[in-house]
Amino acid sequence: MDGPEEGATPIRVVLAKLGLDGHDRGLKVVARILRDAGMEVVYLGLRQTTATIVDAVEQEDADVVGISMHNAGHLTLAPLIVAALVAAGLGNVPVVIGGVVPDEDVGELEAAGVGAVIGPGTSATEVVASVRRVVDGRHG
Amino acid sequence: MADQHRTLSGIPVDPVYGEGPLPGEYPYTRGIHAGMYRNRLWTMRMFAGFGTAGDTNGRFRELLRSGGTGLSTAFDMPTLMGRDSDHPLALGEVGRAGVAVDTVEDMADLFADIDLGVVTTSMTINGPAPILLAMYVAVAEQGGVERGRLAGTLQNDILKEYQAQKEYLFPPRPSVRLVTDVIRFTAAEMPRWNPVSISGYHIREAGSTAAQELAFTLANGFAYVEAAVAAGLDVDDFAPRLSFFFNSHSDFFEEIGKFRAARRIWARWMRERYGATDERSLRLRSHTQTAGVSLTAQQPEVNIARVAIQALAGVLGGTQSLHTDSYDEALALPTEEAARIALRTQQVIAHESGVVDVADPLGGSAYVEWMTDELERRAEEVFARLDDEGAGSILEGVYAGIESGWFMGEIAESAYRFEREVNAGDRIVVGVNAFTEGDEGRAGRLLRIGQDTEDLQRRRLAGVRHARNGAAVRETLSRVAVDAEEPEANLMPAILEAARARATVGEIVNVLEGVFGTYVETAVV
Amino acid sequence: MAGTGEERKPAELLAAARGGQRRAVARLLTLVERGGGAAEAIAAATHPLTGAAHIVGITGAPGTGKSTLTGALTTLLAAEGRRPAVVAVDPSSPLTGGAILGDRVRMEAATGAGVFIRSMATRGHAGGLALAVPGVVRVLDACGFDPVLVETVGVGQIEVDVAAAADTAVVVVTPGWGDAIQANKAGLLEVADLFVVNKADRPGASDARRDLDLMLDLSEVSGAAAGTGADAESRPAIIETTATEGEGVQDLLRAVDAHHRALKAGPGLQARRDRRFVAEVRARLEHVLIQAADDVLVDVDSRSGATPVEAARHLADRFLDTDTPR
Repeated sequence: MDGPEEGATPIRVVLAKLGLDGHDRGLKVVARILRDAGMEVVYLGLRQTTATIVDAVEQEDADVVGISMHNAGHLTLAPLIVAALVAAGLGNVPVVIGGVVPDEDVGELEAAGVGAVIGPGTSATEVVASVRRVVDGRHG
Repeated sequence: MADQHRTLSGIPVDPVYGEGPLPGEYPYTRGIHAGMYRNRLWTMRMFAGFGTAGDTNGRFRELLRSGGTGLSTAFDMPTLMGRDSDHPLALGEVGRAGVAVDTVEDMADLFADIDLGVVTTSMTINGPAPILLAMYVAVAEQGGVERGRLAGTLQNDILKEYQAQKEYLFPPRPSVRLVTDVIRFTAAEMPRWNPVSISGYHIREAGSTAAQELAFTLANGFAYVEAAVAAGLDVDDFAPRLSFFFNSHSDFFEEIGKFRAARRIWARWMRERYGATDERSLRLRSHTQTAGVSLTAQQPEVNIARVAIQALAGVLGGTQSLHTDSYDEALALPTEEAARIALRTQQVIAHESGVVDVADPLGGSAYVEWMTDELERRAEEVFARLDDEGAGSILEGVYAGIESGWFMGEIAESAYRFEREVNAGDRIVVGVNAFTEGDEGRAGRLLRIGQDTEDLQRRRLAGVRHARNGAAVRETLSRVAVDAEEPEANLMPAILEAARARATVGEIVNVLEGVFGTYVETAVV
Repeated sequence: MAGTGEERKPAELLAAARGGQRRAVARLLTLVERGGGAAEAIAAATHPLTGAAHIVGITGAPGTGKSTLTGALTTLLAAEGRRPAVVAVDPSSPLTGGAILGDRVRMEAATGAGVFIRSMATRGHAGGLALAVPGVVRVLDACGFDPVLVETVGVGQIEVDVAAAADTAVVVVTPGWGDAIQANKAGLLEVADLFVVNKADRPGASDARRDLDLMLDLSEVSGAAAGTGADAESRPAIIETTATEGEGVQDLLRAVDAHHRALKAGPGLQARRDRRFVAEVRARLEHVLIQAADDVLVDVDSRSGATPVEAARHLADRFLDTDTPR
């Protein structure tokens, strides 16, 4: 065998905040949680647009993208990011939404193509499990 | 009841107990007034803002009717970021988490039928703070209230934006110049106005510890003092109007110690390092808000208990003004009912608990005094570090810490440590990682702002753009640009003219960005 | 990676990538990073297609503003109609194997200008980076990106070597903090073709330049020429930039291009590429040998009576003389 071992490739996650809202405590904590679970986190940080997120997912060959929203705009913005990924031929990359998302919105987000919703108070273990679950479920 | 203060059992109590320095005496550890709440209760200032200016105006008037004694405005994210409601990046965020203000017309609607000569108003705005202040002045003067009579507070604390809250527009140095422009303007023309509310609240919400909140906030305060003195002001000309804004979290005695340490540090630094002689320059006045970050989405009613404990810590810590969070805020904007319970919580503390009868009732407690000393010691370590980094200037030290991402790294580290403790079960959060039974779905009714509000606000903005005098807008904006280029000029008069001409927040910000540039953070995760 | 489904063949991907499909480029890079048979196939297919791109290494201590500078430089390149790509390398956590790759934050304008940016983690395994980066650069070169910038944190020897294995190696320092001296300690001075004093608006910029000049003088006196060895045509230029303001970035671009032209005009460029070829062969060989060593180590018996030195000698003789690993 030549080169690095096959099969040990870490999950690659793009993490971003979409829109103007600057609450990035949760995003940073999640970045560390995922790193500590052995994932490679491509951190985009604040004030991203659907275009910059799609570019990053494409160029980084990400397995999953996590978007954090605390601006109560998730019902407007989450479907836009899903649609933009599909339009770029990246519809197989699941979208995970985190932040302040009331339970009653989860159904609508999932119907719009969001792979998982990580609400307030989700434990680190559950965060990692959600990400792994949606990645495992690609094409499935 | 008159001036006799008795316990529920009828035992008379003195205004204060213990030996000096007493409340109202330097270094004010025990409070900035001798009588404290026996003479005057804190201001029950409830933060509100959502939807259009008209929507928020309705909530303001309801809060004043229910016994609230001051107003506090939450702006929506596009306004906080200096973007108009029709900006592409504003999509989905207009009026959602605060009120949308694009022009002086919105500001007029926001305070319609409220006497600005009587009420005190706080505005939580930072990057575009001079613009929103100008709009407020324009509305008041249009209604016949001279700017000199206006009382209130502009948050206008840009340094913590780079450290924690991330609502910055321009790079730090020109932004601090805008802060000092406002300080100079209000020192000269608005004697009842607090030009900066130096805020630890957001530093704490971003994940810092109480000790970090204390240290970083006071360091930012020293930085503004140094900047204003460098801009040519005498320290006693403006320091009496500087105010602070702290978080009150759940660790009861640590919070109380934090408030007490803050007053002592400020008094000593102002006198000894910055040479203030006016007693009012030495007294740290603060607004306090309970910790939004401590609210849980699980079993949200339990938040009412958390808020009560945190509010009590704020009062026992000697705050001048208090906002209590609503129990449903972990999920969405507070409903009117939840906001009323939050206000009632303050009223129970003020009128039923008896803690207001004696100034600093915890003073002299061995634990509280030790905690106060310990937090002060930890803060002094941070000041020494910043002073060193800034070669004798706290302002330069703060700039360096922002640029290197030091503040952000420290805060992120604390946030992550807390998260790991909760995840490991080392720290219990009731209803989240323990005592989780009984969480039957989350709070029923949520206040939602929909896309229709956003569309309405865009139409209103289009209407204003259509009706105004375009030539006047261009002319006033070009004066803003000219004054921005001139570091000695105060930008406030030019911004006030532009606001009167109905220039939008976004238009004025664009002009300033053209001169000052924009800021991209050093990402420290 | 779990469940990547209908995997396109490397050849098919390469055709799509060369046709401009960025998703295919990204996928190729993933396969190269992962190693194994697919990586070998890609190396074989791309090697004949390389050589056009100018490879630029950018390294420096943490906090010197490398990412911002790389972002500003590539934004400018894109504005000139060129097709730059960036490989930004950050360390993996040795404990968990995970990584936080934050370079894109500082390259926002570049992303907007269409620059292709790929973040890479060092992925722990010995020499992995030295194996993966040349393959990644080869793919980008074969897909028509030019120049290809490789940005690393200049703290470890491997990271420094990776950036140094370029046509043009740029070392970034900042004023104050004894940065120039630190760079000297880290061995960065020896590899630099160009120095950048970034954050030149800060006090101490001229001191940093003076420190660099002084150290270059010393190394000339001692005979250890700066630049990567024998082909060091001239003393490295020192450029002052304030990347956050875009100041000096144009100067840096001109200096990078000038260095490239000078290399091409002489034997320098070919010499560097030859050296890079040897270095990659060496890295692969080391990798193979280490694995072979790991394989025979299971036979070591600590109670055999042999000393460790004797045991090593015995094993080395065994696999060097006879069964040469493939």
